[in-house]
Order: sequence, then structure tokens, then C-alpha cells
Amino acid sequence: MNRIFWLPALMLAFSGLANGVALGADTTAVITIHNGKFEPSELRLPAGVRSRITVRNQDAFPAEFESIPLSREVVVPPRGEVSFFVGPAAVGRYEYFNDFNHDMKGTVVLEAAGGQ
Amino acid sequence: MLATAVILFREVLEAALIVAIVLGASRGVAGRGRWVLAGIGGGLSGAALVAVLASTAAAMLTGEGQALLNAAILLTAVCMLTWHNVWMSAHARELKAELSAVGAEVQSGSKPLTALAVITAMAVMREGSEAVLFLWAIAAGGEGRTSMGVGALVGVGAGVLAGGLLYRGLLRIPVRHFFSVTSWLILFLAAGLSAQAAGFLNQAGLLPALGQGLWNTSAWLDQNSLAGQLLHILVGYVASPSGIQILFYLATLCVILFLMYRPRWRSL
Repeated sequence: MNRIFWLPALMLAFSGLANGVALGADTTAVITIHNGKFEPSELRLPAGVRSRITVRNQDAFPAEFESIPLSREVVVPPRGEVSFFVGPAAVGRYEYFNDFNHDMKGTVVLEAAGGQ
Repeated sequence: MLATAVILFREVLEAALIVAIVLGASRGVAGRGRWVLAGIGGGLSGAALVAVLASTAAAMLTGEGQALLNAAILLTAVCMLTWHNVWMSAHARELKAELSAVGAEVQSGSKPLTALAVITAMAVMREGSEAVLFLWAIAAGGEGRTSMGVGALVGVGAGVLAGGLLYRGLLRIPVRHFFSVTSWLILFLAAGLSAQAAGFLNQAGLLPALGQGLWNTSAWLDQNSLAGQLLHILVGYVASPSGIQILFYLATLCVILFLMYRPRWRSL
């Protein structure tokens, strides 16, 4: 019975190792939820590096930031904020939406570093 | 009202399907109903607690805390599903005999009853906390409260109904094939949850993505469609998975299969 606990133990060991790798300077950005809208509706970030996005909810209603192409899913409490990492990912447009209100949408645009 | 019903339905569906599968898979194990009920109760309490913490923007759930909590819940559920499946593979023959003969309860070995309660509690807690947070916000905002309340009831009712239908459907499988079907269901369920956990650990910056969005099958099957969502719950369908998710999915499949079939290999 004890043997089945090997799996999470291995996973944790691996995540511990990866933690050391993950430390470093990341690009940071903020998306604000205000009056039922994501601002900015188009967030520009460099491609090919990891970025840290903070979603700040100024409304009185909870939101769930969800992106299928970025495979990200996070609940943002009313008047609260949540952070998460994205990437490194390729140049492109990555759509996201509020899973609690599908009319609220936005895009993260990953651009080539330094280029226009 | 409809929007509320749809949101609540989606939140409840995942927990309801997982509970239906573990209830089906533990068919014939005496005392399971009580433990699953205890799990649902514990899960609801946990969900309420998480929602309260979230709404007060507790440090635990801001920053990367939420992703870590999700990953911990999911990995606990994966361990319990593994234990459950390994136990079931060792006792399926007795359970089968009992189901066809209606005899005494299965006595041998420690029954995976705590596993049942924990799996149920984890599933209910994870999906429930979002539902509770959403419902709470509805209750707090005055306008259209009644219609949203009705919508919420309809959504929760439909989710529970879907779980009930799956359970009834499972019971119709002939006893001969029953436990192999349910153990395969649990195998893929566990692999999918493990991949979700990997996604959350990557989201929190603890695991490398190993390639974000290796492919995107959204054009073929939208993950937000009903079919996409059902497949996401049951077999872990992700339209645009990262490398680490695929790695966790395959590793979990291999480990559970190895543990399930090892006794058989040994006896050869």
C-alpha cells in the first residue's frame, strides 16, 4: 500500500528540482478587471520567455480567468488579485475569457523580443 | 438565470461524475454509502471554507497559492484513486462472486473506504469552492436574486442528475465486465487529474512547461463544448496541452497499470 505514495513523492522531488531552475527575472504584467471588462484587452508580452501575470479584480463579482491556448485557469475573487506564470511560448495571439461570464474576453499577444 | 444555471451545471458536473464513477467502482463494498456521504459533507465544508478565504483575499489563495492548493488537492485524489484501483484489482473476483450470488460482505483486506471518502471530498471541494464563491456573490448582489437563485438550483440539479445517470448506466454493465470497465474509467480519470495538477504546478512556476501548447485541437473539439468538457473530465482531454502535462498523464497511466497488474505478473 505504501508503494503508491512513490508517485507523488517523485513528482514533488521533481517539482523541487524544477523550482531551482524556475527562479530568475521574469517579465511582469497586470490585467485589471474593471466594470465587467479586462484591461488592457490586448496585453503585449515578449515571446520565448516566462512572464508573470497578475489579474486584479476591482469588481464585486468573482471571475475565472481561463485560457485554452495557454492552458491557464484561475479564480479571481471579488476585489482580490491572483498571479500566475505563462510561457515560454511562441509568438502569437492567445485568447482568454472569464469562465463566469463568457462575454468578457481578452488576448495576450506574444511578440518577438525587441522586434516590431 | 440561464447563465447562472450553465455555470453551476459546469462546476457541479465534474464532481458529480467523479462521485458516480467511484460509487460505481466500489459496488459491493459494504459501508461505502456512508463514507461517500461523509466525503460529500466534508467536501462541501471545505468548499465553503475555501470560498470564505478566497473572498477575504487570504494570502493562501492569492499569488500562486491557489494553483498550489489545486495541485495538492488533485494529486491527493490521484493517490486515492490509485489505491482504490489497486485494491479493486486484487478483490474484483470476490466482489464479482458476491454481486452474482448476493452473499456476505467482502471481508478481506483493508477496504479502501477512506480512499472513497477522500476522493469524494476532494472532487466536491475543488468544484464546490468555485460554485460557492459564485453563489455567494449572487446572494450578495441584490438585483435579480430570485431568478439567479432559481438558475443556480436548476444548474446544480442538472449536474447531480448527470452524475446519477452515469451511475445508473454503469450499473447496467454486466457483472462479468463491470470491474474491468470501472477500473479503466478510474485509470484515465486519475491520469487526467494528474495532468491537470501538472498544469497548476507549471502555472505556479514550480514545474517547467516543457513546451507550452504542443498542439491545439480546439478546431476539432472545443474544450468548452459539452463533449469537450465531458472528455476533459473523464479522460483528461486538453485542447492545447503542455509537455509537462503529457508527461504526468503518461507517467500516471504507467504507474497505475504497473501496480494493478504486478500481482498477476508475479504469479506467472
